[in-house]
Amino acid sequence: MQDWHTLLPLLNATKITLLIAICALFAGLILSFIITILESWRFKPVSWFVSICVITIRALPEMLIVIAIYNGLPLMLIFINDTLFNGGMDLTIPLYFTELSLHLEVTDYNVNPILCGIIALSILYAVYASQTLRGALKAIPAGQKQAAQVLGLSKSRTFIRIIIPQMWRYALPGLGNQWLVLLKDTALVSLIAVNDIMLQTRSIIANTREPFTWYLIAATVYLIISLLSQRVLQYFETRSLYFEQPQTVSEK
Amino acid sequence: MNIELNHINCFYGSHQALYDISITYPLGETIVLLGPSGAGKSSLLKVFNLLEIPTSGEMTIADLHFDFQQKPSEKLVSILRRDVGIVFQNYNLWPHLTVLDNLIEAPCQVLRLSKSEASDKAYKILQRLKIANMANRYPLHLSGGQQQRVAIARALMMEPKILLFDEPTAALDPEITSQVAEIINELSNTGITQIIVTHEVDFAKKVASQVIYMEKGKIIEQGDKTCFIHPLSKQFQAYLSH
Repeated sequence: MQDWHTLLPLLNATKITLLIAICALFAGLILSFIITILESWRFKPVSWFVSICVITIRALPEMLIVIAIYNGLPLMLIFINDTLFNGGMDLTIPLYFTELSLHLEVTDYNVNPILCGIIALSILYAVYASQTLRGALKAIPAGQKQAAQVLGLSKSRTFIRIIIPQMWRYALPGLGNQWLVLLKDTALVSLIAVNDIMLQTRSIIANTREPFTWYLIAATVYLIISLLSQRVLQYFETRSLYFEQPQTVSEK
Repeated sequence: MNIELNHINCFYGSHQALYDISITYPLGETIVLLGPSGAGKSSLLKVFNLLEIPTSGEMTIADLHFDFQQKPSEKLVSILRRDVGIVFQNYNLWPHLTVLDNLIEAPCQVLRLSKSEASDKAYKILQRLKIANMANRYPLHLSGGQQQRVAIARALMMEPKILLFDEPTAALDPEITSQVAEIINELSNTGITQIIVTHEVDFAKKVASQVIYMEKGKIIEQGDKTCFIHPLSKQFQAYLSH
């Protein structure tokens, strides 16, 4: 611990870890909503297809998904460019007065590892979180939907105004759990050469030869982030039950 | 303007809940569906706003006609539901919205009222039901009787021609029950048609202008409220003497 300058790279690595985790969280949440809605789609082939995807991804080790996306994405870009665009596609969109010409061509096949990490982790978060959401949706009494139905509210309005606000109380504990798992899964992106906390720690150890100290520091960083996020979660869980708390509304 | 059911049959899977129900009533009556549990009262009530869709038969409500040979279109069902409101047994208030928001949600969305128009209307109805001071509270902070009134108010906001009540007194104590009876009697003076499911004879006597007595999915006896004094069938006589 002679050299405090070694901490600075670790701080940067923490930022990258947090960036990946938080981006994956938000992307994953949106994706998990989409998955949940598609899984309960009335057109069965769609819901079956989504279910099969979810089952497959849940069955595979996280590490494999991260690596598959990092290695698979460039291949997919090449495929898109060569097969679908025929090595560059020209689009002409007619507007009222003029025409808009576009030339689409993928020229850069090097994918950003951080982006890959975010994509992989958000998919992983989404497939697990979608099951939590599904459970939360089922936990809401059917009468809530029925009351909206008989009053003539549209399905989308019912979902947004009646169902989603009541869903959080059932979903938050599970989603919070999943967030902690996600936070620790960010260590997987060190496999695809993202300089996260784990990779940075390892390279510091290679220089300083003090494994115990530096692994302990890395552990502390994870611990602090976890504890802080649990506080944030607790706040949201209390907020999600606002309508059950004692009220201090002045009576007219 | 009539309510008319012709040969309604209703199934849950292989179990038949309603057997060949045919009734005709003019609008403006307060009709009580009476009978032991499992008699099919609630099933019959839910036919009126098509929460329960019969397997066969015909229904005419006001100027809407349904033949259940074909599945009724969603559009027609929603037109019907604008005229037929329901107060559920467990109220089904939305717990995360205040009483006022519970009331104005559907009028704003469905009838396209502005928020202030809807709120004015809501306050008028709440005042009539004597719970105007509860407007900004959440449903879970209200007593059972107050929640019941909010549920009635929410249904009245849509100005239905017919109001359905599913066991309105099931969870209420005797004092509140008689208050509900007062509300129902007051509403019937406004000309609205009310159809009420109950198994409480005393409550039924207080509110009914017409009675339908059911057992095992069949109508045993129907008539006006003199039925309570001079029941014709043995089953109704036995039920009243419990």
